Amino acid sequence: MILVNENTKLVVQGITGREATFHTERCIEYGAKVVAGVTPGKGGIKWEGKIPVFNTVEKAVKETDANASLIFVPAAFASDAIMEAADSRIEVVVCITEFIPALQEVKWHQHLRGKKCWVIGPNCPGIISPPARCKIGIMPSDIFMPGKVGLMSRSGTLTYEFVYQLTEQGIGQCTCAGLGGDPLPGASFVDLLELFQADPETSAVVLIGEIGGTYEQDAAEFIKSKVTKPVIAFVAGATAPPGRRMGHAGAIITGSASKVSEKIKALRSAGVTVVENPAEIGLTTKKVLEERELL
Amino acid sequence: MKIHEYQAKVLLSQFGIPIPKGSVARTPEKARKAAEQVGGKVVIKAQIHAGGRGLVGGIKTAETPGDVEEIAKNLLETKLTTHQTGPEGLPVHTILVEEAVGVEREFYISILIDTSEKTPLAITSEAGGMGIEEVAAKSPEKIIKQHIDPVTGLLPYQARSLAYGMNLPQEHIRPATQIMAGMYKLFTEKDCSLVEINPLVITADGRLLALDAKVNIDDNAIPYHKDIAELRDISQEEPLEVDAAKIGVNYVKLDGDIGCMVNGAGLAMATMDFIKYEGGEPANFLDIGGGVTQEGVRDALKILLSDPKVQVAWINIFGGIVRCDLVARGILEALKEKGMKIPCVLRMHGTNVEEAINLLKESGPNIIFESDFTQAARKAVAVAKA
Repeated sequence: MILVNENTKLVVQGITGREATFHTERCIEYGAKVVAGVTPGKGGIKWEGKIPVFNTVEKAVKETDANASLIFVPAAFASDAIMEAADSRIEVVVCITEFIPALQEVKWHQHLRGKKCWVIGPNCPGIISPPARCKIGIMPSDIFMPGKVGLMSRSGTLTYEFVYQLTEQGIGQCTCAGLGGDPLPGASFVDLLELFQADPETSAVVLIGEIGGTYEQDAAEFIKSKVTKPVIAFVAGATAPPGRRMGHAGAIITGSASKVSEKIKALRSAGVTVVENPAEIGLTTKKVLEERELL
Repeated sequence: MKIHEYQAKVLLSQFGIPIPKGSVARTPEKARKAAEQVGGKVVIKAQIHAGGRGLVGGIKTAETPGDVEEIAKNLLETKLTTHQTGPEGLPVHTILVEEAVGVEREFYISILIDTSEKTPLAITSEAGGMGIEEVAAKSPEKIIKQHIDPVTGLLPYQARSLAYGMNLPQEHIRPATQIMAGMYKLFTEKDCSLVEINPLVITADGRLLALDAKVNIDDNAIPYHKDIAELRDISQEEPLEVDAAKIGVNYVKLDGDIGCMVNGAGLAMATMDFIKYEGGEPANFLDIGGGVTQEGVRDALKILLSDPKVQVAWINIFGGIVRCDLVARGILEALKEKGMKIPCVLRMHGTNVEEAINLLKESGPNIIFESDFTQAARKAVAVAKA
C-alpha cells in the first residue's frame, strides 16, 4: 500500500461542517484513525463529543501527532487550508473541495514546491487502503476489498464502478486514490506509479484517465522506462465534443493531445493494456493478473 | 466562461491596452450612428462566442455609414455557422463597428495557465493572425514562452525577452512590454483562463494595437467577480444547458438519440462512450453530481426529456454519496409532471438500491431494469434503434 497505512493519523480541516461531519463518521466506521479536527474559532470543543477540535492545524499536529489531513473547507478557503497543512508538516493532504479558482491553485502549487507533502486532489473522492482499513475521503466503503491492485483515477464515480468490477472478480485492492478532476491536481499518475512500482504489496496498477491535459501521456513515458508491473487503463471521454467542459474543470479537449485517441495511443505504445469497453475493467485486470501469474 | 470580443476589448482597454476606435450596436440605426462617430472606412464584426467568423461573412468592411446600416440589417438577428459553432450556428444580436486600420505586421500574445508546470504562461509569436496551434505545428521556432512566478508576477525582463523574441522594431518594445504587463494584470485580477491578443498589429500609421482579442474567465472564479458575471450572454449558449446550470447540474447537449443521466463526470463520460461502443449515439452528457437533491434529479431528468431527439433514456447511477432511493423519488416526481412517453433503461447500484427499485417498479411499464453494465448499454441502444 502507498501513502496511507495503519500509522496514518488524520486531522479533518473544517470538521464541524455538515458534510465533513457525515463523512468523518464514515471514515471512523471504516477504521481510519481520526485524531483531531480544525475549525478556526471552535478550538477547545470536542467534535461529536469525542474528537478534539483546534483553531489551527499547527496546534492539532503538536497535540496529536496527526500526519495526514482531510480538507472539507469551502472553495474560497481551500487553497489556504492546503498551505496551512503543508506548513504544519502534514505529509499527505487530501482535498475534497471542488470549484477552487485555478489562480488560487497556482498559489499553493508554488508554495509547496520543494516541500515534502503529497496533495491528493483537489476535487477528488480521496484515498483508501483496504488492507490497512484506512479511508481518507468520501467513497462508499463497502465496494472495496483488501488485495494487491493499486488504482488511481481522475474520476470519483468511475473509480467506484471499476472497484466494484474488481471486487466482483475477486480482485482486491491495496490503495485506491482519486486524483481529482481539476486541471491543476496535486499528485499525478506519474507520482503514484513511482510509489506503486516501489511498493512490494502492489502487484498491478489500474489507471483511469479522461480527456484534458497530458497526464496519461506523461504516465506512458514513465511506464516505458520505469514500470515493470502490469498497468491496465481506461480513458473516459471518447465521445466528448472538443472545447466543452465535461463536468470536471479539467475535462476539456483543448488540443489534439488532450483527446482520448491520443492518450490511448501513448498508453498502448508503453505496453499498457487499454480497455475500451468500460464494463470490462474487472475481467481484463483478472486476465492480465492470471497471465502474469500474479493471482 | 466565454465573453464577446467587444467585452474583451473593453477589459483590455481598462488595463491600459490600446484598442481600435469603435462601438457596439444592436440595431442597424445604431450601427449607422456608430460608423458616423468612428468616421471613415470601418469594419463590422458580428459578436458571437466562436471563431472563424471572417470565413462565413461575419466580418465586413464598409466605406459609408449608409453601407454600414445595410450590412447591419443583413447581419443582425441572423445565425452564423462556423467550424466552432456546431451545425445550428450562433445568433448575432450585437455587432462591433470599428475603425478600419491599415495593417503592416501581425503578432500574437497570450497568457494562460500551463497545467504541466502549474504556473501562468506568457506566449508570443511574430506569426500573428493565425491559430497558435497552427504556428506551433508549422514553425515552432517562432513561438516564445515565459513561465510566470505567481508571487513575482510577469517580470520586466521577461516581457522584454518576449517582445524582442517577436522581432518587434525597437520603438515598439516598450509599448509591447506595457501591453503584456496590462494583460497579466487583467489575467490575475479578473481570474481569466485565457487573455489572448491575435493579432496585435503595427498599423500603417505606426501604432501598436490589439486588433482582435479573446478573454475567457475561469468558471470557478465567477462567483468572486460580479462585474464579470454580468458579461455572460446566454443567447450564445444552448437553452437546455442554461436551464441545467441554473439547477447546478452539468449538461452538454450532443446530437444523438440516447439520453443519459449519470452521477459523476467520469461515469457520465464512460456511459456516453459505452453507448457509442455498442453502436448507438449519446444525446447528451448529464452529470447530476454528488450533492444532488430529489428536486435536482427531477429537474435534470426533465431537461433530458425535453430534448425532442431523445428516443430512450439511460439512467446509470452508482450510489455512494448519492442515495439510490433519493434518485428514484426524483425520477418519480419528473414522471408525474412530465409523463414517461419514451422507454427508460435503469441501472442502479449502491446505497439503498432495493428501496429505489421497489419505488420505481410501481411506476409503470416503461422502465426497463438492468443491473448489468453491458446489458444496460445494449438494451438502450436496441430500444433506440427499434
